[in-house]
Amino acid sequence: MSQIFRSLGLVVVGIAVFVAVLYVLYWLASQLREPWRERARVAVFIGPGLILLLGLVIPALLNFRYSFQDRNEDWYGFGNYRDIFTNGDNIKVLTNTLWWGIIVTGTSTVIGIVIARFADRMRGEPVAKAAIFLPTAISMVGAGIIWNFVYSPKEYGLLNSLLQLLPGEQEPQFFLQDPTLFGIQSDWIPGLNSLLIMVVIIWIQAGFATVVISAALKGVPDDLVEAAKIDGATDRQAFYKVVLPYIRGTIITVMTTTVIAVLKIFDIIQTMGKGGAFGTSTMANEMYEQAFPQDNEGLGAAWAVLLFVAVAPIVYVNARNQRAMREGR
Amino acid sequence: MTTAEINAPLTLAPTQVKDETPTATKLANSISRGPAKYFVWAIALLWTIPTLGLFISSFRPEDDIKSTGWWVWFTEPTTVTTENYTTVLSDKVGGLPFSDFFWNTVRIAIPGAVIPITIAAFAAYAFSWMHFKFRDTLFVFVVALMVVPLQMCLIPLLRFFSSTFFPDQLSGTPSIWIAHAIFGMPLAIFLLKNFIGSLPGEVIEAARVDGASHMSIFLRIVLPLSVPAIASLAIFQFLWVWNDYLVAKVFGGGAKNQPMTYALVDMVGNKGNEWQLLTAGAFIAIVVPLIVFLSLQRYFVRGLLAGSVKG
Repeated sequence: MSQIFRSLGLVVVGIAVFVAVLYVLYWLASQLREPWRERARVAVFIGPGLILLLGLVIPALLNFRYSFQDRNEDWYGFGNYRDIFTNGDNIKVLTNTLWWGIIVTGTSTVIGIVIARFADRMRGEPVAKAAIFLPTAISMVGAGIIWNFVYSPKEYGLLNSLLQLLPGEQEPQFFLQDPTLFGIQSDWIPGLNSLLIMVVIIWIQAGFATVVISAALKGVPDDLVEAAKIDGATDRQAFYKVVLPYIRGTIITVMTTTVIAVLKIFDIIQTMGKGGAFGTSTMANEMYEQAFPQDNEGLGAAWAVLLFVAVAPIVYVNARNQRAMREGR
Repeated sequence: MTTAEINAPLTLAPTQVKDETPTATKLANSISRGPAKYFVWAIALLWTIPTLGLFISSFRPEDDIKSTGWWVWFTEPTTVTTENYTTVLSDKVGGLPFSDFFWNTVRIAIPGAVIPITIAAFAAYAFSWMHFKFRDTLFVFVVALMVVPLQMCLIPLLRFFSSTFFPDQLSGTPSIWIAHAIFGMPLAIFLLKNFIGSLPGEVIEAARVDGASHMSIFLRIVLPLSVPAIASLAIFQFLWVWNDYLVAKVFGGGAKNQPMTYALVDMVGNKGNEWQLLTAGAFIAIVVPLIVFLSLQRYFVRGLLAGSVKG
């Protein structure tokens, strides 16, 4: 404990020293002559940030190169990529990730829209929304433990206990070890265990969707809805034909943000899927598993590149959409 | 949280808030959706149950946890114990008590938030109020780096951190700080530039005319004015680092530098049915984010919204 206060003290001192050093460097820069004076001042302000950004750019470029190497760091060409797209287990990883993107994004956005609409101007709205939003603060590892408990095959597992309420003798289910979908096993469809892990992320992401969409709903001008109603639209029609198109940009923001989060899903697979055993692996999880526990950095790097290829266009769409919305109003 | 709070300046969400609704509309709305109201509360309850179950279980005696469901507790709510918490805090993971991992998380998360934001604030000032060649091009490049998922950097950075170019003194916890600073940099610069760049130019120009240096303008005028933006970003980054498992796991080395998330995943693997440990341990890990969430909700929401642009 005392060691912690020492570390925290070090942080405070460290930041103070850092600012003091920049202060001195800035003073030194001011002693130079133009044009070097202004350039040196800029360098003092921007230098530390740029150095850290190099720590992002250079590794990202190196990662491309590593993705063409095998586990002994010998040149392997497109071998890793070929292995990913031809091996059955890897196909399963790819289709899992795709299902994750579709199911989690679709469901949490719909829940967000529905709750935001029905809770709008309701009594106790902030409390209800806070309850739904709360899981957003919890770590994926924490969430994984919470839901492992719910899905436990033992008598204290909530889901199994609910199953006991069904008529007849119910066997306890090992939900998280069931890679089939009610008996069907295929590389192209997610197992029951994957679906149940998706529920956890829906539980987390729906709160985010609710809060963002709810804020947008409150921005829809009342006269717009009133005008639609005077023209004879019902509540429901006004919502689908007027309100939803009006907040289209926000819905795109929610969906893109959720897709990005979902593509990078990792901790939850480690906590609930035993690191991707029983067919629950996804791209980011496989990247980690191959690069570190399996010690095949080339294959891990290739998974990282694929993740980048999947994420980058979505971030781009998201950024353009956000800019369009800012400029649009 | 009120809508006005959600739509504070840092927010990149597009919506404009209209706070006052005519009473007639409010009334009409509340009357027209009776069943919908119950639906919302049902979902709110459903969303709370899993966390509530964990919370209640963490205070039940070990024998009770392992023999009956937590809902049984409502029939005899007198059986409450804090024993699970004392047990888990001294429970060993990788030879270290769980309490060590709590303090490791603290030690990782505070600098993990403070360092990148300090550095980004300087850069954001330069991008906003200093003039240099290729300024806007460079800024676009920085923003574009948000498309890079951190997974792209794990392998090369780990090689760098374990190479001879990297000082030994910085391995372990400091390398986790550096990694978080690197990964947080594009978003932090982007958000702070948006805020600092939108401060009134006359104030800064006036100070320039009075002979103030960039350094004193930054420290005396810009930083104090940026407190709301910095607070939101700091909370976002702090919670991100607090809840992180991957970055620490890859760069932290052995158990002695690892955060609580590591200890919990280890427990799930090795003591998966020891729920007296898991419930209390998980609750210790989520209690700080929950406090931040409940006490600083408006900053939390803003930070989360602002963070939604990251790749």
